Amino acid sequence: MGATIVEKIFSSRCRQDIRAGAVVMAPVDGAMIHDITGPLAIRKFYEMGGERVFDPRRIIMLFDHQIPADSIEAAKNHVYMRKFAAEQDIHNYDICEGVCHQVVMEKGHAAPGEIIVGADSHTCMYGAAGAFATGIGSTDMGFVLKFGALYFRVPESIRAEVNGRFGYRVGAKDLILSIAADIGADGATYKAIEFCGQTVGDLDMPGRMTCCNMAIEMGAKTGIVAPDQMTWDYVAQHRVGSRPFALASDPDASYAERRSYDVGRLEPQVATPHNVDQGVPVGTVAGTHIDQVFIGSCTNGRFEDFFEAAEVLGTRAFSEKVRVIIIPASRDEYLKILRAGLIERFVAAGALVGAPSCGPCMGGAFGLLAPGEVSLSTSNRNFRGRQGSTEAEVYLCSAATAAASAITGEITDPREV
Amino acid sequence: MRVWKFGDDIDTDAIIPGRFLTIYDEKELAQHAFEGTRDDFSRLAQDGDVIVAGRNFGCGSSREHAPLALKGAGIRFILAQSFARIFFRNAINVGLLPLVCPQTDAIKDGCSIIVKEREGIVIAEGREYAIEPVPEFMYSIVEAAGLVGYAKQLKEAPVCTKSRR
Repeated sequence: MGATIVEKIFSSRCRQDIRAGAVVMAPVDGAMIHDITGPLAIRKFYEMGGERVFDPRRIIMLFDHQIPADSIEAAKNHVYMRKFAAEQDIHNYDICEGVCHQVVMEKGHAAPGEIIVGADSHTCMYGAAGAFATGIGSTDMGFVLKFGALYFRVPESIRAEVNGRFGYRVGAKDLILSIAADIGADGATYKAIEFCGQTVGDLDMPGRMTCCNMAIEMGAKTGIVAPDQMTWDYVAQHRVGSRPFALASDPDASYAERRSYDVGRLEPQVATPHNVDQGVPVGTVAGTHIDQVFIGSCTNGRFEDFFEAAEVLGTRAFSEKVRVIIIPASRDEYLKILRAGLIERFVAAGALVGAPSCGPCMGGAFGLLAPGEVSLSTSNRNFRGRQGSTEAEVYLCSAATAAASAITGEITDPREV
Repeated sequence: MRVWKFGDDIDTDAIIPGRFLTIYDEKELAQHAFEGTRDDFSRLAQDGDVIVAGRNFGCGSSREHAPLALKGAGIRFILAQSFARIFFRNAINVGLLPLVCPQTDAIKDGCSIIVKEREGIVIAEGREYAIEPVPEFMYSIVEAAGLVGYAKQLKEAPVCTKSRR
């Protein structure tokens, strides 16, 4: 019987035939730690008797959640990690480059066929590069830092085939929100979601990243898109000398489930409080008052997202009744929107444009919500209390919907502005 | 040992909110466990208490601070109809036992409970409920005081071996 792409990745890295359900100790090609999960991972590394990390070149260290240090504790954590990097010869991106998952992708730390772990749940985003990438906790990461390997239960795959053309101002974020509503918050637990079909093939890399990023919101172990020419072109920009090879699921591979989607009639989606799988067409919640709009995050913090927002904004201003916070996910993306004149347009329209960081996404550093406030966010999670008070509400949407809503001061269908 | 009962989809932001993630000490984290969601927990939870929940317990972020906070509060066992996968693994790694129990709907908040994990049952209010067996390899991690204990015994990781299930 044929194998899925996930099974092929494990088989290749482990040099034996491996199928879903097997529990294997597999080598890890890349390991990412950031300022929230890194300090504990380093402590665990030492507690396990670690002296030298398995390979400093394969460790990606950066700070993104609480930057620049928003408390003395955060500052101490940064110092602790910098010391470790110096001691171990690990290159530390520090606070300079941006959000972990964006940096991993754009600096070429993920490539087809690799097994990559990150001490952050949205690590699954690197499936857009055709890697098997999954989020792990700090103790597991301590183990990886020491041994360069980890136990995995190889997941079965759910085949999510997507066909059709997006309508006006509808895109990848709307697609993944509708898939999450379909599969449910625990509908993909322990499984890999393999995105395929004409629509996925037509998606640009940012769109594929948006989809893979949110696989975890359905409980999935990872999301993945089989590498094609677009993937290899993207990887080639950052990995000199990488040569394409075939990597795809066999036609007779065995899947846990096969689902198909047609985006031809997909409307802009909004995930309502307090779960990502509570997605509805925007019309259902249009008119809902909002206090804060956040456009950014590893999910939708790329140039293409801000271009989409700027296209919706046009020459208008944002509503004075809404706080609009715009944060590109990396220094590179920041420079792109700067050079395209978008920052001037957003600032002139009344938004705050911030240095790359996770920002309001997780209610840690800034932009927190008071009881009773409502936020509309292009990020990936809206659990109760996610962005501050447990009596606040967070809705999730695309950059286009966020921009349209920031203009009117209430949740708005982007096709109607 | 009393039961702290929760519903479905209890996420790690609820277990330990984002603004407390600069803390690493489990006792200090415990002071903020379920803050804003169930404020009596951190005040009243005692050693040996058990969390009982519905589906998808521990969903959301990979923050290991979540099971650590619960451990610091004295929790040793978590019973749920299902667990989110990163949390499941993190819980075992810090030395908590996540136990799948299909009938948690019947177990009430505040009641006393006895967990007999090796026998595959829990007893609450005089009734027995079955729990699914935990893979032996996971027991060995919990009993080695978490993954740290297991890793200390290892000179190098047995890469590309399949484990005995």
